[in-house]
Amino acid sequence: MSYIKPAFRHPDLPVNDLGYTKKNYEGAISTLCAGCGHDSISAAIVQAIFELSIAPHQVAKLSGIGCSSKTPTYFLGDSHGFNSVHGRMPSVATGANMANRDMIYVGVSGDGDTASIGMGQFTHAVRRNVNMMYVVENNGCYGLTKGQDSATSDVGSMSKKGEPNPFEAIDLVSVALQLGATFVARSFSGDKEQLIPLIKAAISHQGFAFIDIISPCVTFNNNPGSTKGYEYVRDHLAATGTVDFVPMKEELTTSYQSGTAEEVTLHDGSVVHLYKGDESLDIHNRRSALKLIKDYKAQDKILTGLLYMDADSQDLHETIGTSNKPLRSLTEQDLCPGNKVLQNINDSLR
Amino acid sequence: MNNIQSVNDFVIKFANVNGTGSASANNMFAKAIFRMGLPVSPKNIFPSNIQGLPTWYEVRVNEKGYIGRRGGIDIMVCLNPQSMARDIQEVEPGGYFIYDNTKALDLRLIRNDITFIGLPLTRICLEEYKDARQRQLFKNVIYVGALAALLSIEFDVLTSLVGDQFKGKEKLIAPNIHALELGFQYAKENFDCPCTISIERRDNIGDKILIDGNTACGLGAVYGGATVAGWYPITPSTSVVEGYEKYCKRLRIDPGTGARNFAIVQAEDELAAIGMVIGACWNGARAFTATSGPGISLMSEFLGLAYFAEIPAVLIDVQRAGPSTGMPTRTQQSDVMACAYASHGDTKHVLLFPSTPKDCFDMTAQAFDLAEQLQTPVIMLSDLDLGMNDNISEPLAWDDNYQYQRGKVLSADELENMSERFGRYLDVDGDGIPYRTYPGTHPTKGAFFTRGTSRDEYAVYTEDGSEYVANMERLLKKWETAKDYVPAPEIITAGSGSKIGLIHFGTSMASTLEAVDHLAEEGVMADSCRVKAFPFSQSIEDFIDDHETVFVIEQNRDAQLRSLLVNDCHFAPHELISILCYDGMPITARFIREQVLAHINNDNVTPLRRKKSKQGVLK
Ligand SMILES: Cc1ncc(C[n+]2csc(CCOP(=O)(O)OP(=O)(O)O)c2C)c(N)n1
Ligand code: SF4
Ligand SMILES: [Mg+2]
Repeated sequence: MSYIKPAFRHPDLPVNDLGYTKKNYEGAISTLCAGCGHDSISAAIVQAIFELSIAPHQVAKLSGIGCSSKTPTYFLGDSHGFNSVHGRMPSVATGANMANRDMIYVGVSGDGDTASIGMGQFTHAVRRNVNMMYVVENNGCYGLTKGQDSATSDVGSMSKKGEPNPFEAIDLVSVALQLGATFVARSFSGDKEQLIPLIKAAISHQGFAFIDIISPCVTFNNNPGSTKGYEYVRDHLAATGTVDFVPMKEELTTSYQSGTAEEVTLHDGSVVHLYKGDESLDIHNRRSALKLIKDYKAQDKILTGLLYMDADSQDLHETIGTSNKPLRSLTEQDLCPGNKVLQNINDSLR
Repeated sequence: MNNIQSVNDFVIKFANVNGTGSASANNMFAKAIFRMGLPVSPKNIFPSNIQGLPTWYEVRVNEKGYIGRRGGIDIMVCLNPQSMARDIQEVEPGGYFIYDNTKALDLRLIRNDITFIGLPLTRICLEEYKDARQRQLFKNVIYVGALAALLSIEFDVLTSLVGDQFKGKEKLIAPNIHALELGFQYAKENFDCPCTISIERRDNIGDKILIDGNTACGLGAVYGGATVAGWYPITPSTSVVEGYEKYCKRLRIDPGTGARNFAIVQAEDELAAIGMVIGACWNGARAFTATSGPGISLMSEFLGLAYFAEIPAVLIDVQRAGPSTGMPTRTQQSDVMACAYASHGDTKHVLLFPSTPKDCFDMTAQAFDLAEQLQTPVIMLSDLDLGMNDNISEPLAWDDNYQYQRGKVLSADELENMSERFGRYLDVDGDGIPYRTYPGTHPTKGAFFTRGTSRDEYAVYTEDGSEYVANMERLLKKWETAKDYVPAPEIITAGSGSKIGLIHFGTSMASTLEAVDHLAEEGVMADSCRVKAFPFSQSIEDFIDDHETVFVIEQNRDAQLRSLLVNDCHFAPHELISILCYDGMPITARFIREQVLAHINNDNVTPLRRKKSKQGVLK
């Protein structure tokens, strides 16, 4: 049976193709610090999924532990959410996805949650190409435990206490590229224009879509000398270009000047248009992305935007040959071979 | 010399070198006895090694059906010079020592209270075979042929087993039968056949099967409707998921499309394995993992999450000797406490204790029902002895009318027609079990946030102490409810108002029941109670109350089941006398009998710990 969309709606609010307003995509009131970058990311997720016209209940939200991992409570209130344990969201998301390949999986993690305690699980979810969007809300510190340096904090970046971080940073984007991630992007919580289309493309991508989003912690890592504060990030941003995401159904009505953009068509027919700012980027070539990241870093620039994508990759289910029907929908009839078969098995054991 | 005289009641042990292909010949030997209608219990005693170290295969033959480990060796077949000295020592007086006499025996090893039988295995193979690998492999088959003559195993039974073993590789049948004949002829020509120990056909097997517990678990998971498995290899649990995969490939692939109605992922570690299981169960599939002690330690944090957030999960722990890496290829029942209370905070988990392969099958399937009905992890505690050895078992059976019990899950219609607000942790029925919803069920109703942090009845985060306590109390109520769901104990009474009670669980069953018989022969009547699950049902408490002297038989050092009984049932520790075996070898009836007699003959001495083991010499 089908269900009618929500009853209450302000007549003036814009609706999407499903008749939902943006309100239907919101969650509980955030309890994060005012100005925390994470809240802007939640807002971008709300906007992107609203614009994609995905019914909220078809999304499952998963996270680990941290301020960032709390955010799934603050968007998509009609979706099931799972705040798991610190650093282990990738395995929970993998299992959830194995159970039902038909839902949309949004994973939210932090730089501590992913680059330290969860590094192992992160790398393996990448390598299995689990079909999900995996967002790291990267503030270079452990917000929830009060500001310790994280593994993504740059060498020399100054903590609030005034101590420079002595260790080399792990660049999750480079790691993901090296591990074979099939969609890799970097963005900034303060750049809605870039972030929303990236989230749309990531959600529409079939496979593991990773976005490292620099997301300043206003309370513990927004001080002068920090390389993850608003001011520093704004001053050092460089973009691969601008990205536009055109859902399949709109493709016919939107016309783009040919030649100015690189187009990637996704498995569902949607199109990602990349207006390149740097002609040397080949988004189908990992090495090109890795080199560019290094080159920009050498100039003290943070390269953001879409860096790599493989629209035709095989996700975990395709690799292991799972049935198209979600496993969780199978019943006794599909699953239990019955007593007659069992008696034959007994015979083979005599 | 007085040779041991026995028909259908003896223990034979094979001493081999790991990686020389002896396993299939030894299996053939055990299976031949099984096919002659005789109860047989083979046990692999293997090293944590792929090639080169000593490995043993001990087979007890007992027509009365005692299939626990007996202890003591009547016939030793030794092909391993490394272990020969102690193998000779292990033979009971009057027993036999069969060896490869191509190389002369070290005279210092000779015992004059046992019979030495030399078979020139290496020489025969050198003469018969050119290829080095064949010379190695057929040695094993030749000694099986010789044993057929020495013990009077029906040769036809062996040839038909060879036929079964090489179905599809028919070219190998004739050479194997030839090798059997070589051994058979040599023994016939050179020794009195049969010797004083022999086998006679009986009809004592009925419709029983020979299967290892892990394969039965894997099959139970297929029948129980598991669709997702995440796992990480570890002895002795690995063959559980391998068994599941083997049968899934046979029974769960759509013949038309080739699509698989199952998904197995070899995880990066045990944390990820249980994480996948929890994610899949949360999302409405039946999922499981299998591991052993070290994996349990790693899974602890996640198990606490599943307990507190009330997510079903099925975990099969095939126990091995701990602590740490311990003796990874030896058996023990030493994860009871670690599993019962896995994770920090006030947590406890439902445990199941299988004793036979049929239990492994039934309980694995049942574990999925229990996990979903109770919305909590269910841990099945098997062990290496049960999991990795072929065990005689009642045949497996499935009731085709049986419906999976998926527990309290609200459907889209139920949500649609609900007038009140859905509360994920609301105790609607008063049994402590709330209602859950699968993700994606309904557009606007039934969504909630799953978390390991405290929350109210509507799954909303709270740090209110009274809400927290109310939730913890409800979990205790659910624990009480669980007592009615889990399998009840199996109590066997001697019939004459016996004052002695023996409590046992898991693989101590066969030896305990045999000990009960031996004790009865000596006029000591004992009742027995087999614990099948935790939480304990009232009838276990009653059993303890009804007996003056209660023994708790376990294969661990610290009396872990007794600790659970003391904790959960309000018994004082001194009311329960422990019988503990933990040298890594399965407990024997002889040991249990000795311990019981020692205690009742000398009531003030509590024989808690084994001092010198008579059971095993593998120290
Ligand atoms: C096993 C475990 N160890 C430590 C913690 C404590 N802890 C909670 S959040 C956190 C760090 C979170 O950092 P990050 O993922 O970067 O999130 P942020 O708060 O910065 O968004 C830590 C160490 C925990 N919850 N679990
Ligand atoms: S502590 Fe930092 S990361 Fe956490 S909510 Fe506050 S600003 Fe955000
Ligand atoms: Mg952080």
